[in-house]
Amino acid sequence: MQTRLQIISVIVSGGLFLFVFELVRRKRLLERYALLWMFAAAVLLGLSVWSNLLNQVSTAVGVRYGPAALFAVALGFVVMLMLHFSLVISRLTDQNKILAQRVALLERRLSRAIGDEPEGDAESSEDLTASSSPR
Amino acid sequence: MSKLLAIVPAYNEADAIASTVADLRKNAPGWDVVVVDDGSTDATTKVATDAGAEVLRMPFNLGIGGAVQSGYLYARENDYDYAVQVDGDGQHDAAQIDDLLHHLIAHRGDVNMVTGSRFLTGDEEHGYRSSGARRLGIKIFGFILSRVTGRPVTDPTSGFRMCDRRAIELFANDYPHDYPEVEAVLMVHAHRLASAEIPVTMRERQGGVSSINASRSVFYMIKVLLAIFVGLLRARPVVEPGEPAAVSAQRGV
Repeated sequence: MQTRLQIISVIVSGGLFLFVFELVRRKRLLERYALLWMFAAAVLLGLSVWSNLLNQVSTAVGVRYGPAALFAVALGFVVMLMLHFSLVISRLTDQNKILAQRVALLERRLSRAIGDEPEGDAESSEDLTASSSPR
Repeated sequence: MSKLLAIVPAYNEADAIASTVADLRKNAPGWDVVVVDDGSTDATTKVATDAGAEVLRMPFNLGIGGAVQSGYLYARENDYDYAVQVDGDGQHDAAQIDDLLHHLIAHRGDVNMVTGSRFLTGDEEHGYRSSGARRLGIKIFGFILSRVTGRPVTDPTSGFRMCDRRAIELFANDYPHDYPEVEAVLMVHAHRLASAEIPVTMRERQGGVSSINASRSVFYMIKVLLAIFVGLLRARPVVEPGEPAAVSAQRGV
């Protein structure tokens, strides 16, 4: 692999690793979602630093041009990450639905318990204390 | 005396919801009415409350599946014996609710969910009209579901359906997302409950917009087909102790 490309890919993948690490440190990214990112960045960094390894990988999968194998590996990680996010989103959607349903049922029960009519307009929906205060 | 609940999912149906609720109170007097306001941005909640319905208001739009399921959760929580889904747009005729109930009671134990079908009247002239593509979709789903469940399913997309306690329990636990009617028939079958159809006539919608427009219908078809085939393989997500094995364990399903 050309030296210039090697330098750039080392900087990019190393930078990605540090950036993800920093996000976790600042608690902006949960560890469990960061692991796949850091693993991807670490593998890409390893392949960029040890170009021999990259050459072996590219020969093994039948890619003649080393850097193309790097892109293939990176693309593989992108696909994995996207699938991972779809899983996370699906779970969150489901939990969100359950949460919304429970809120609606509890709100109904609450307003019945305090003998209050549900407010009619959508604007005041977020303010429970307002609707429960005596009119 | 059985406890009876009408579940009315409504999303921005302020124009039609009052007459729907009034229709229910007049023509189905024994039924409690709960309107599930699925995060409407108009006055649906206020209009429904003023019309004399209980209102469950979703904090944001969940889609028809999540909204209807809330109704079943409400039915389970308040111990209802029968629950009927009635669309908020006034398409369903409250006077026909008794027909559904009679069928369920007459076949108690054999039928857990009964659907009002637009296509059983044998009268194409007065039957329900819709676009060709949509009709084709309904035919395809009906064919697949009939084969799978071994019972004729002529109107798989009808949202006019009534459930007994077993089916209420099932739907409170698990109800399909997005476009649930077709999948719900399959779910009922997969859980070894039975569904049936009786003829009903439906009106044109009184106001509001259908949740399924032309551009979405292709997506809808493919999504539901996927759900059917995945559903066949999954067949029975929750097996309760002491109940027979999953339908998918049977040959030819």
